[in-house]
Amino acid sequence: MSTTLPPEFKDLEQFSDWVLFSEGERYAKRLASSMDDMQEFYDAAFPRLDDALSYLDQHELNSLPAEANNLLYLYCSLVNVSFPVEVWRQARVPDSGAASMDCILELKP
Amino acid sequence: MPHFAKPAEGSWTAHYPELGTSPVDYRDSVDPAYYEAEREAVFKRTWLNVGRVERLPRTGSYFTRELAVADTSLILVRGKDGQIRAFHNICRHRGNKLVWNDFPAAETAGTCRQFTCKYHAWRYGLDGELTFIQQEDEFFGVDKSQYGLKAVRCEIWEGFIFVNLDPDAQPLHDYLGRFAKGIEGYPFDQMTQVTKYRANVGSNWKLFIDAFAEFYHAPVLHAKQAVQDESRKLMDVGYESLHYDIDGPHSMQSSWGGMAPPKDESMVKPIERKLRSGLFGPWDRPIEFELPSGVNPVRHKAWGIDSFLFFPNFMLLLWAPNWVLTYHYWPTSYNTHIFEGALYFVPPKNARERLGQELAAVTFKEYALQDGNTLEATQTMLESQAVREFPLNDQEVLLRHLHQTAHGFVDDYLRQKG
Repeated sequence: MSTTLPPEFKDLEQFSDWVLFSEGERYAKRLASSMDDMQEFYDAAFPRLDDALSYLDQHELNSLPAEANNLLYLYCSLVNVSFPVEVWRQARVPDSGAASMDCILELKP
Repeated sequence: MPHFAKPAEGSWTAHYPELGTSPVDYRDSVDPAYYEAEREAVFKRTWLNVGRVERLPRTGSYFTRELAVADTSLILVRGKDGQIRAFHNICRHRGNKLVWNDFPAAETAGTCRQFTCKYHAWRYGLDGELTFIQQEDEFFGVDKSQYGLKAVRCEIWEGFIFVNLDPDAQPLHDYLGRFAKGIEGYPFDQMTQVTKYRANVGSNWKLFIDAFAEFYHAPVLHAKQAVQDESRKLMDVGYESLHYDIDGPHSMQSSWGGMAPPKDESMVKPIERKLRSGLFGPWDRPIEFELPSGVNPVRHKAWGIDSFLFFPNFMLLLWAPNWVLTYHYWPTSYNTHIFEGALYFVPPKNARERLGQELAAVTFKEYALQDGNTLEATQTMLESQAVREFPLNDQEVLLRHLHQTAHGFVDDYLRQKG
């Protein structure tokens, strides 16, 4: 699936590998990423959150064009990395050891 | 000095004198023989919630549930008459598992007109009736009407589907009692945006219920989840519930939860401020409705959440910003279980609401991972048997009740068995 973002978000295109359509993939990428990489993504994407919400609100949520849908999922990844960046200072939840939890039903869209 | 009133007896625990106040013996969580008795006495005799009706939207919709604790697999299916039924997932011919894909042990779901066994093509209608026997002439007078799928008691409360393996069990509504009555009318049917998580946890099933039946641990175990000043404040104040209540085998607590929205936005993380969401769910109510009388029963203005435990393993959490969380704990052995957590929201109207739900779900997972991992640490040390009895405080009153309730079922069962 293409991960192209809307032209208005060209500046975030370099982070399009964070366009991931399942919670499992987003969480796995977070665990596999360095803090520097996640901080860089967060620093670029967080200030544009309001712009993204305004952009997405131009469309019906349940029938987003492909590029807008990619943007939504990029921001789902931002939500996921906000924990390591804003609180943990590490990719994993502290004291979670080897514990894992799988998302078996995803939010829509 | 308590912040919230306690019963006249001076404590919640004393309000239920049968619970006592002495230390609690946790051998019921480490003894394999006791677990075997629990399987028979509890899980094969009580009403178990296996899902919601929205999973079976039309005629022929079905899903399977693996119930390791009761040594069976079930098929839940909506029939032509619209009724939802439950059957043991076993073909009457020679015992093959009837409904499965690729992996016999994995749960599955779908829509069909009938069930056809993969082995010899015996066919069953949606109502369980045996409709076709391959090479019927080769058999010796098999009366098809006597070889339908083996039915399991299946009843519905407010859209929650329950099964009971005991054919003589009391009706579901009687079993669920006063708490269920008090929740009726809650608009569960509007909360169709669902996400579900599953984890294998290395502890006895009761230990995870213990963890969610008290919030005494929250300011400590999850200290790092709040910003620092807030975290210190929470730890100093400690935790007190608004209200506890017990009805037969079931229990509930009603709690404050002032974080949705927070009084002071600087107390929460930047992403929470932006998306107006967090552990307590999205801050803005998507719909307004009057709470049924059993929800926020003391009508406290600081109310944040009610957490009901319908014995044995179904926890239903109703949050002030009008969303729902469910927990299920499915034992797989005396020291392991499968934990399921599901979040139910009103479908989002825009991207902000959608991302707010994402944040609530991810936050739930972060907390649950900490909880789950701590349980393994508890289980292994309980198994050491170095210490057997543990002092529970007044905010842990529901744990006392849970363990005592399970003991009651096991004792009754063993007595009947003789």
